[in-house]
Amino acid sequence: MKKIDKPDFFDKAENVSLMLRIFYGCCALLVVLDFVIDRYTYHPLESIWGFYPIYGFIGCVVLVIIAKWMRLFLMRDEDYYDVEEEKKLALMQMEKESDHVGD
Amino acid sequence: MWAIELPPFVPFFVAAALALVTRGQLRNVIMLAAPVLGGLHLLAVPEGIHLQMSFLDYELTPYRVDKLSLIFGFAFHIAAFIAILYALHIKDTVQQLAGILYAGSALGAVFAGDLLTLFVFWELLALSSVFLIWARRSTRSFFAGIRYLIVQVLSGVVLLVGILFHASETGSLAFAEIGIGSLAGWLILFAFGVKCAFPFLHNWLTDAYPEATPTGTVFLSAFTTKVAVYALARSYPGTELLIYVGAAMACFPIFFAVIENDLRRVLAYSLINQVGFMVVGIGIGTALSINGAVSHAFNDIIFKGLLFMSMGAVLHMTGRINGSDLGGLYKTMPRTTILCIVGAASISAFPLFSGFVSKSMVMSAAIEEGYGWIWLMLLFASAGVFHHAGIKIPYFAFFAHDSGIRVSDPPLNMQLAMFIAAVLCVTIGVNPSILYALLPYDTGYSPYDATHVLAQTQLLFFSALAFVWLNRRGLYPPELRSTNLDVDWVYRRLVPTALQRLFARLNVITELNKTLAAKLSTLSPLVARQFSAEGIFASTHPVGAMVKTVTVLLALYLVLSFV
Repeated sequence: MKKIDKPDFFDKAENVSLMLRIFYGCCALLVVLDFVIDRYTYHPLESIWGFYPIYGFIGCVVLVIIAKWMRLFLMRDEDYYDVEEEKKLALMQMEKESDHVGD
Repeated sequence: MWAIELPPFVPFFVAAALALVTRGQLRNVIMLAAPVLGGLHLLAVPEGIHLQMSFLDYELTPYRVDKLSLIFGFAFHIAAFIAILYALHIKDTVQQLAGILYAGSALGAVFAGDLLTLFVFWELLALSSVFLIWARRSTRSFFAGIRYLIVQVLSGVVLLVGILFHASETGSLAFAEIGIGSLAGWLILFAFGVKCAFPFLHNWLTDAYPEATPTGTVFLSAFTTKVAVYALARSYPGTELLIYVGAAMACFPIFFAVIENDLRRVLAYSLINQVGFMVVGIGIGTALSINGAVSHAFNDIIFKGLLFMSMGAVLHMTGRINGSDLGGLYKTMPRTTILCIVGAASISAFPLFSGFVSKSMVMSAAIEEGYGWIWLMLLFASAGVFHHAGIKIPYFAFFAHDSGIRVSDPPLNMQLAMFIAAVLCVTIGVNPSILYALLPYDTGYSPYDATHVLAQTQLLFFSALAFVWLNRRGLYPPELRSTNLDVDWVYRRLVPTALQRLFARLNVITELNKTLAAKLSTLSPLVARQFSAEGIFASTHPVGAMVKTVTVLLALYLVLSFV
C-alpha cells in the first residue's frame, strides 16, 4: 500500500503553475513557428495568420458555452428514468410471482 | 495451407461451443486461441478466395476475401484478442460466450459476399451482444438491453425488406455497390444507418453501451458500428448524402459529451463523433478518403477500445464511473492513467499517435474535393474531440479534485490488454506504413510533413489552452449528477406518457359503459339478467364458433373462385 496522504506532485500549487507555464511557452512557440515554417495551403482560410490556433481556441470556447446553455433545457435529475423503470420491474416481478401461485 | 476456405467466423463459433463445456484455465486458453489461430490463418489467406453455393435461384457467397474485408478482418481479430484478454478474469459464462459469439458474428458479416449472409450475421450481432448488456444485471441494464435489442432487430428487419426489394429489382443478392437510386437502396441505407448511429438513430448506442459490464463495453465498442462502416464502404461509396450525415455525426455528439457525467457515456458520444469522420470519408468516395475512412476505423477500434478499457478498469476497481465521483486516481492507478493518456492522445490525433495518420487522410480528402465547409466542421470536431475525450476523460477520472478514492491498478490481464492496445496505437502512429500496406488503395499518402504536423499541433494545443482558460476562470461546466435528455426521451418518456393518457381516456369510456349498464339494469329484471353471469353480454364464444366462421368464409371463397 502506498503512503496515502503524502502530498503528491500535482497537489503542490507551484508544480501545477510550473507545468502551466511550460504549456503556455509551448503555445507561444507554436505560434512563432508559423513564421518560420513555410507551409502550403489548400484553403484560403489557412493563409490567415494564426488560423489554426485561433480556430482551435474559439471553437472550444464556443463548444463549451453552447453545451452549458444546452444544460438549461436538457438536464434532469439523475434518476429521471430510473423511477419509472423500478416501478415497471416491480410490476413485472409481481406478475411473475402471481403466475406461480396459479400453477 | 490447411482449410484455406474456412470462413473466419468458424474458429470463434467452435471456441464458443468448446468454452461452454470447459472451465477455468482450459476455457481461457481456448478463448484466447480463437483470435490468435484465426488471425494467423487469415494472414495466409490470399485475396480473391471465395466460397459459393446456390440457394433456390440465388448465388450465395458466404465467404469472400478482398482488401476491404481483409483489413476489417485483421482489426476484428486484434480487437477480439484484446477484449478477450481484458475479460479473462471474468467467471461469467454468459459474458464469455456472448463476447466470442459477437466477435465471430462481426467477422461473418465483413466476409459475407451476399446480402442474405450479411443479414444472418447482422441479426446474430444483435442477439449475441445484448447479453453483454444484460450481464450487468441491473435494472438500468435490463431495460437498456431491451431497447437496444428492439432497435437492432428493427434494423435487421428493414435490412431484410430492403434485400427482398433489391433482389426482385436486380435479380442478384451480391453484397456490392447498391447506391440510393431505388427504394431498396434507401431501405438498406437506413438499416446500415441505424447500426452506424446516424443522427436521430444514434441513441441506442449512448443508451446501452454505458450500461454494459466493464468488459462488455470493450467488445461492444469494437464491432457493431465498424461492421456498419464496412457495409457503407462496400455499398455506398461516393454517396454525397453521407458527407453531410457524417459531418453532423462528427459535430453534434461533442456538445453532449461536454455536459455528460458518466465517463463511459462521454466515450460513447465520442464513438459517434469518430464514426462521423469515417462516414464523411466514405461519402467523398475518392481513393484517399476511402483509405482514410477504413484506416480510421482500424485505429478507432484500438484506441476507443483502449479508452473504454481504462474507464472499465476505473469502474471495475472503484465501482463508480461518474466524473463527479472520481478524481485523483493517478496516485494509486499510475499505469492505467498513462495507458488512458495514450488512448486520449490517439483519439485526439496527436502526431506520433495512431489517430493522426488516419484522420488527416479524411480531412485532406475533404479539402481536396472542395468541401470547404465540411472541412471546417471536421476541424471543429477534431478540436472538440480533444476537448472532451482527450482532456476531460483523463482529467476528471485521474486528476481534477482528489476524490479520496484509493484503489490499485486493475488485475494483470486487464493491464496487459491495455498495454497491447497502447503499443499498437504508438506503433501505428510512428510507423504508419504498417497500416497503409493493408489499405484497399495505394495513394502514396504521407501524413508527416511540416504543414500537417504544425497545423494539428497548433489546433490541439490551443484547444487545450481553451480548456485551461475556461477551467481557471471557473467557466467550465462542473460535472453534475444528472441525466441529459437526448432523442431517447421521445420513446422513453413522450410516447409512453401519451399512450398512458390515451388509455386513461379509453378507461373513461369503459366506466361510462358500466354506469350505463347499471342504469339499464334498474329498468327491468329481464335486462338485468342479460348483464349477469348467464346473460347474453356475459356469454363467451367457444373456439368452435370461430372455426365455423372460418369454414363459412373459406367455403364462400371457394364459391367465389368458381364465379
